[in-house]
Amino acid sequence: MIDILMDKFLTIGLEHFLILSGTLFFIGLFAVLAKKNVIAVLMGIEIMFTSVNINLVAFNKYTAAEALLTGHVFAIFVIALAAAEVAVGLALIISIYRQRTSTDVQDFDWLKW
Amino acid sequence: MTMAVMFYIIAFVTLGSALMMVISKNIFHSALLMLISFIGVAAVYILLHADFLAAVQVLVYAGAITVFIVFGIMFTMKGEPRKTNPFSQNAIPAAVLILLFIVINAVTVIKTVWPFSNIAPPETTVKAIADLMLTKYVVGFEVTAVLLLAAMVGAIVIVKGVKKSS
Repeated sequence: MIDILMDKFLTIGLEHFLILSGTLFFIGLFAVLAKKNVIAVLMGIEIMFTSVNINLVAFNKYTAAEALLTGHVFAIFVIALAAAEVAVGLALIISIYRQRTSTDVQDFDWLKW
Repeated sequence: MTMAVMFYIIAFVTLGSALMMVISKNIFHSALLMLISFIGVAAVYILLHADFLAAVQVLVYAGAITVFIVFGIMFTMKGEPRKTNPFSQNAIPAAVLILLFIVINAVTVIKTVWPFSNIAPPETTVKAIADLMLTKYVVGFEVTAVLLLAAMVGAIVIVKGVKKSS
């Protein structure tokens, strides 16, 4: 029993990468839910994007190798989307900061009624 | 064995710097810890035999996105730097929820039986990625290019505003 557990622990397989990327995703989600500064929220979203990419590449290597490198291509698309997202997000933050002089998410309440 | 040691070191650095990014009270330290986390993810790509993606990760995330975020911090920082990144009032429920999610995720991954395939990974990935991207996924490639252009124009318009012409 102990031998099998040690073997599982020491031979790195798909499960290790999935648990790593899932934990990284939830740490990013924690930043999104629990931080006050809107730039910290944006950083949490970036961490979530990267962790999803680890998932795509790990699945491509271990369970879908016959599909060539489709996972890598989709990971590149996700990276391009993340770059576009951070550009537009920071533009929005700076534009809001000019009117409210604040980066606290609690102050962004125009759409509340 | 060496693979296991390397994996656990890289996982510790990546997850630890991501967690310290959330906990840190100074937002500038948060940005630098996020950079370390991104470089750790690039090392994970190398463990997964994805050399091109590791290079792209360092270029785009560790290079461009971190610089963007630091620009944003510099534009909007005011007051004492040590108090720039506080927790909001729902930090404790969020922490409980996230711990629950992490445990559920780990248990689900371990319990599931995955359909493994036994094909050796290719030696270099750049040529295969280029082949796929310019044949099978050429539409997605073009749409991504248009999206990047639209995001660039949109960011400029949002920050500068539109001048009303008479």
